[in-house]
Amino acid sequence: MTSDGPLISLQQVGKTYDNGHVAIEGFDLDVRSGETLTLLGPSGCGKSTILRLIAGLAAPTSGRIVWSSPERRKNLGVVFQEPTLMPWASVFDNVYLPLRLAGASRDSAGPQVRQALRQVGLNDFAAALPRELSGGMKMRCAIARALATVPTVILMDEPFAALDEVTRFRLNDELLELQRELKATIIFVTHSVFESAYLSSRIVVMSRQKGKMIDEIAIDPDLQRTADFRHTPAFADICRRASLALRDAADDQIGYAQT
Amino acid sequence: MIASKWREALIPLFVFLLTLAAWEAIVRIKGIPPYILPAPSAIFAKLLEDRSVLLPSLAVTLGVTLEALVAATIGAVALALLLSRSKWLERALMPFAIILQVTPIIAIAPLLLIYLAPQTAVLVCAFLVAFFPILSNTALGLASVDHGLEDVFDMYHATGWQKLIYLRLPSALPQFLAGVRTGGGLALIGAIVAELAAGASGQGSGLAFRIVEAGFRLDVPRMFAALALISLSGIAIYGALAWISHRLLRNWHESARERST
Repeated sequence: MTSDGPLISLQQVGKTYDNGHVAIEGFDLDVRSGETLTLLGPSGCGKSTILRLIAGLAAPTSGRIVWSSPERRKNLGVVFQEPTLMPWASVFDNVYLPLRLAGASRDSAGPQVRQALRQVGLNDFAAALPRELSGGMKMRCAIARALATVPTVILMDEPFAALDEVTRFRLNDELLELQRELKATIIFVTHSVFESAYLSSRIVVMSRQKGKMIDEIAIDPDLQRTADFRHTPAFADICRRASLALRDAADDQIGYAQT
Repeated sequence: MIASKWREALIPLFVFLLTLAAWEAIVRIKGIPPYILPAPSAIFAKLLEDRSVLLPSLAVTLGVTLEALVAATIGAVALALLLSRSKWLERALMPFAIILQVTPIIAIAPLLLIYLAPQTAVLVCAFLVAFFPILSNTALGLASVDHGLEDVFDMYHATGWQKLIYLRLPSALPQFLAGVRTGGGLALIGAIVAELAAGASGQGSGLAFRIVEAGFRLDVPRMFAALALISLSGIAIYGALAWISHRLLRNWHESARERST
């Protein structure tokens, strides 16, 4: 899975929206294969824009995004902040959607869909409709949909932001377990310092100033990511560093607002 | 729960029967002659007596209404889909749809009767009034697709057809069904209005024509009998469409579900 160069390379990427709003400008980032990279920053810092650009949902207005191979680009999974499920379709049909759009029949896609449902613990809810699920289960369904195509790159845009603390912790644990199993490359966007420290192998802290990178925190890959990790000095250390960087990001934002 | 549902259904029925009883009593006590105001029992008797004339007329009116509703549904959905594909088409065609909607059908009917055969003119009138609510509701539904879901479909490179079948049509279903419910009632009104215009010129065989014809002969009970059949038809059309809508939406759409309290 690993290769010498970066899997995705963002080179001097900029995005200005039609209304003139500059979301990011001159942004550089290399994403390495197999890592869990977190983009951490205050609301409106352009981290979701970066994810949309990588997903191909928007085109950069300057710079370029280079993928190490076009096949990997095709096999992306995305989880948005909202579960974005089709309310009229069952859990099975929602997870089946990416395969259906790729032309797979229901029968041939069945095993893959059930596998994805098993991975998120929803195998008993295949026939349920989204309204019958709790917030956490809806998000699990959205994650299963992203896993259905067995992607090598998964993009997650604040997927747990709207959930309560207990559910968020549980889903964080499940995501770590999934990552151990899938060994996919995950790009995770969040504004939670704790979540970034718990999940990532690398944290990129961004300021609101047109998506400027403030700090980059590499996390020791040998650290044991179990639930107890949250109570270790190493975790506290990462959180402190990320918090300080975020404070700088906020100061930067104030400075930016005053100019 | 079930008991309260029965109560909900029985209360309006009880009030309706009470109104009929009061009507019957007033007519009998005051001795009002049937050519002024017939009693409900007299109307019912007339309905049975004239059934060989009224029922075929009912079939004509209902047939035209349903044909017009089906044609309006197909036409309105097709146009809504076309308009949703192109802003230019929407700008070019929407004013015509609005002009047809705001011009009273009663004013258009006599013209249509000049240009078209009476049966066709009635059908076109019913079509015209049913068309717009279905068009505007469906267009609204097609424009109300969840942006997040659109992103998901784009992410997986969905084709235009796939987006239409799996996303846009199901998304638009609640608004489309609301449009058809309104259109169903209006198609009946359109058919009746056109039949009245046609009936005044001595042509036609629908229920409204029977009303005009009975009016010329001062057969007021038969006018009421035909009117009752029109009302029942309207209720039946609305009830059937509401039932279909409920069946299709009850599992997932808030409009068809009871709020848990």
